[in-house]
Amino acid sequence: MNAPSNLKYSKSDEWFDPSSGAVGLSDYAQSQLSDIVFVEILVDEGETVEVGKAIASVESVKASAEIFSPAAGKVISVNKGLSEKPETLNSDPYGAGWMIKVEGGTTGDVMESAAYVKYCEERTH
Amino acid sequence: MTYIPISPKERDEMLKIIGVGTLDELFDAVPKKHRFPKLNLPQALSEMEALALLGELAAGNENVREHMISFLGAGAYNHYIPAVVDHILRRGEFYTAYTPYQPEISQGTLQSIFEYQSLMANLTGMEVSNASHYDGATAAAEAVSLAHAQFRGKRKKIVMSPTVNPQYRAVIRTYTQGMGLEEAGDDPTADLEAGPEFLTQFIDDNTSLVIVQYPDFFGRIYDYAKLIDAAHAKGALVCVVANPTALIMLKTPGEMGADIVVGDAQPFGIPLWYGGPYLGFFTTKKSFVHKMAGRLVGETVDARGQRAYVLTLTAREQHIKRERATSNICTNQGLLALASAVYMSVLGKSGLQEVAELCYQKAHYAAAELSKIDGFGLCFSEPFFHEFVLCCPKPAGEVNQHLLENGIIGGYDLGEDYPALKDHLLIAVTEMNSREEIDTLLEALKEVSHD
Amino acid sequence: MTDISVSQNVKIVEPTVYELSSVGRRGVAMPASDVPETALPEKTLLRTSLPMPELAEVDVIRHYMHLSRFNYSVDGGFYPLGSCTMKYNPKINEDTCRLPRFIYTHPLQPIETVQGNLALMYEMQEWLKEISGFAGVTLQPAAGAHGEFTGVLMMAAYHKSRGDARRTKMLIPDAAHGTNPASVGMLGMSVATIPSDARGNVDLEALETACDDTVAGMMLTNPNTLGMFDENIEKVIKLVKDCGGLMYGDGANLNALLGIVRPGDLGFDVMHFNLHKTFSVPHGGGGPGSGPVGVSQRLVDFLPSPLVTIVEEGDDEAAPLYGFFTPKQTIGRMKAFHGHFGGGLVRSYTYIAMHGAEGLKDVSQYAVLNANYLQARLRKTYKIPYDRICMHEFVAEGQFEGSDVRALDIAKRLMDYDFHPPTNYFPLIVHEALMIEPTETENKDTLDAFADALIKIAEESLLQPELLHSAPHITPFGRMDEVKAARELVLCCWLPEGYDLEK
Repeated sequence: MNAPSNLKYSKSDEWFDPSSGAVGLSDYAQSQLSDIVFVEILVDEGETVEVGKAIASVESVKASAEIFSPAAGKVISVNKGLSEKPETLNSDPYGAGWMIKVEGGTTGDVMESAAYVKYCEERTH
Repeated sequence: MTYIPISPKERDEMLKIIGVGTLDELFDAVPKKHRFPKLNLPQALSEMEALALLGELAAGNENVREHMISFLGAGAYNHYIPAVVDHILRRGEFYTAYTPYQPEISQGTLQSIFEYQSLMANLTGMEVSNASHYDGATAAAEAVSLAHAQFRGKRKKIVMSPTVNPQYRAVIRTYTQGMGLEEAGDDPTADLEAGPEFLTQFIDDNTSLVIVQYPDFFGRIYDYAKLIDAAHAKGALVCVVANPTALIMLKTPGEMGADIVVGDAQPFGIPLWYGGPYLGFFTTKKSFVHKMAGRLVGETVDARGQRAYVLTLTAREQHIKRERATSNICTNQGLLALASAVYMSVLGKSGLQEVAELCYQKAHYAAAELSKIDGFGLCFSEPFFHEFVLCCPKPAGEVNQHLLENGIIGGYDLGEDYPALKDHLLIAVTEMNSREEIDTLLEALKEVSHD
Repeated sequence: MTDISVSQNVKIVEPTVYELSSVGRRGVAMPASDVPETALPEKTLLRTSLPMPELAEVDVIRHYMHLSRFNYSVDGGFYPLGSCTMKYNPKINEDTCRLPRFIYTHPLQPIETVQGNLALMYEMQEWLKEISGFAGVTLQPAAGAHGEFTGVLMMAAYHKSRGDARRTKMLIPDAAHGTNPASVGMLGMSVATIPSDARGNVDLEALETACDDTVAGMMLTNPNTLGMFDENIEKVIKLVKDCGGLMYGDGANLNALLGIVRPGDLGFDVMHFNLHKTFSVPHGGGGPGSGPVGVSQRLVDFLPSPLVTIVEEGDDEAAPLYGFFTPKQTIGRMKAFHGHFGGGLVRSYTYIAMHGAEGLKDVSQYAVLNANYLQARLRKTYKIPYDRICMHEFVAEGQFEGSDVRALDIAKRLMDYDFHPPTNYFPLIVHEALMIEPTETENKDTLDAFADALIKIAEESLLQPELLHSAPHITPFGRMDEVKAARELVLCCWLPEGYDLEK
């Protein structure tokens, strides 16, 4: 399981990049969902999001999930290409699989990489 | 009688293995006060008696094949069903199967639904079809849900033509009562001769969906291309409620640019059956497929390299998405989708064209002759397919009563839904109506005119 | 357009109707026109091509015969799908529902000409009321989920009519069918999930905490999807009612309760019937179903319109006149016309008429007997997480200590033994769930053969797990590539390229 150390992680498996403001879905979450076939970003550029707001909806072959924002702030960018290539969430969750970028992001209750890895390991047992 | 294949001896052996003495002991968890109520139901019948009882009940009906001549349509149509259709529906392999959740042993159902989807998409000129809805009215209501979801609930208005079937409009109102929508255009006292573009005034940036019917409830054929362009200019989607028999002949809503085409495929191989079950079809553009409710069959391959079919995009559906699903829909009308697919296949291109032409020709003969009778006339001048509005010299209810006394079920009395059309009948003519029947109607109406 | 010539490595077992099509071939023909010809509408109003297949009748019959052989069915074998009640579909029902005087009646005919239909519908309403203990019944809903939506709409309308606008929370147990929360979602209400306790009952403490003055009601399946009759059912209903909520009963599991207990007597306010489960309407490969809804006295005015009633009382000489009426505060119309008359009501009416009160009680008693018998036979081999006397179904775990075999593998392997698998991965609260509902129409030999197969498969899972992972082996098709289906989304086929549409 991959969890880059420069990112922060929420309990509901989203990551937040404090330097760029990007938000996405963790490697652990994408592997649990397995083959993702649909993603819809639920917020528009310019909108303000709160911590815990549903920002995207994801469907895989067997499951569906809502993605909640781990940070609060103004949405400055939305990854519009993602809906054309939802499998990007499986192949590159921390890169091309980013969903939105938030400006001035204050985060909610997030974990450092090591704590998140431990948290995921606990859940697999 | 019952269908329980367990002998008393076997029952006792089974109880022993379970570890209880009697059948009744299996129900100790049920509150004693209410356990084993005495039901007041008629004495059980044998199969022979049951058939006789149902025959007696049926004898209380007069039908539109053997007893009466009928010109009723208004959403349900009397068409010929080739014998092949029911022969296939009666195969236990089809009608006693469940939803094809286990594709390895359900390819019969899956491929036939895939073919149904293909036939429907081809008929409507759209890119995709789902595996069907309960009926045309609920399919139209699901179109509203699709548009609502497509705009993520941000557009709060739908525009509905008053010439959409009144029952469909009623169902849409029922379905949407929790959605906080504004409904515009749906005014049965509006000018019914205004043409479809009059809806344009209601369409704005807050409109998610515009709903029209084709041919409209009065049978009129309009090209909706301009209206659709106007709706698209405001970013709204357009749903066309269509009659499948008419689509055999007419320009497809797909060609006009429609986003969603729905309707009832009852005319395609499903008996009148006093109103149900029927078959709601739902076709749309591929880009809306994730927002479309209902089951969907897609092509794939199996582990042995064989082409096969599966239910796909199931994560959209209620059993996975639960309260976030667009719809709670669970069943489709599987067996009836099969009926309509068989109907389209066995009539084929030429047979279908013959059905449509017969409907058109006979309806036009009827319209031409009926409008010659003193006091009667065609209400509208637009082209029509197999239904038209006849204005009468007296209230439509009285005209129908006279016809009924002559063994004829007249048209649909429009006065109940449209206050301005109290003296108007909606007449439907299909390939089932012979010239003789039409002439009988003609003679009976002449008597009305002379009264 | 999608190219129909699938990649060359893929074997086509049965071509589609479009692939079978040949220019100029024809099936059923219509008679010649007997009226003078009228010109068609102007060309701009007509379609330019009709891409429909061209086949002979025999082509069509063979095609569908081939397809039918790929289906497993109740007529062909044991179908123990939990929650689906795949009972035998009596053949007489197929005849009664096709009587010409039923089948050729138009839904808008004058009521005087369809008194037989209306009498049947009226009596059906009365019978369902008697069976369930409710005060009113609508026959209109098209399926169980449609009935559920109808019920939730009535609950919302009831609270609204009392000016009780705050009640927007629906309590739903964690074991519930997905349709329950989805129905609530359609109305924009919120869902509060209530956990189950160790015996498979609603957790009373959690329920009590959730009960407040924002509760619209509770949607409860009883027996629940674990097959357990809630041992505290009266307490559950009292808690919900005391806080002002309404009690919705999911009738999916009514096959356990006929003549055993009436939901209305227990205090439920609404329940949908699944005529295609409990009352033997065939499932049709996924529909049509039929989902009448019963309600308690306080909801009768909210029923969908129209209902069937006696509009003129009869006497010794004349039968009553049946007709329609609209309830005072109706939620409106749920579908066009009057419900699934032919496919649903006539079949179920025939079924109830042949069973009577005692016969219906037998149905439920034997359905419960069969389920408990299977449970007893499998208990030593499969873990039963909620192990007590079950109702018409039970849930086992499809996994074994020391094996990587999963419920899915067991399900697929059962096909090799010529059984339809049980429902798997539902309810969600059991790991690797196998939900088994034998119904009352199976004999002991079949139940034994099924139990033997499951026990054998349990052995195989330890000795030859690969056999299970790659199952099924002897079915006409193997496991499917579901990812390909969802990614490529080929949802339609078209006429082959170059097909001459103008001919």
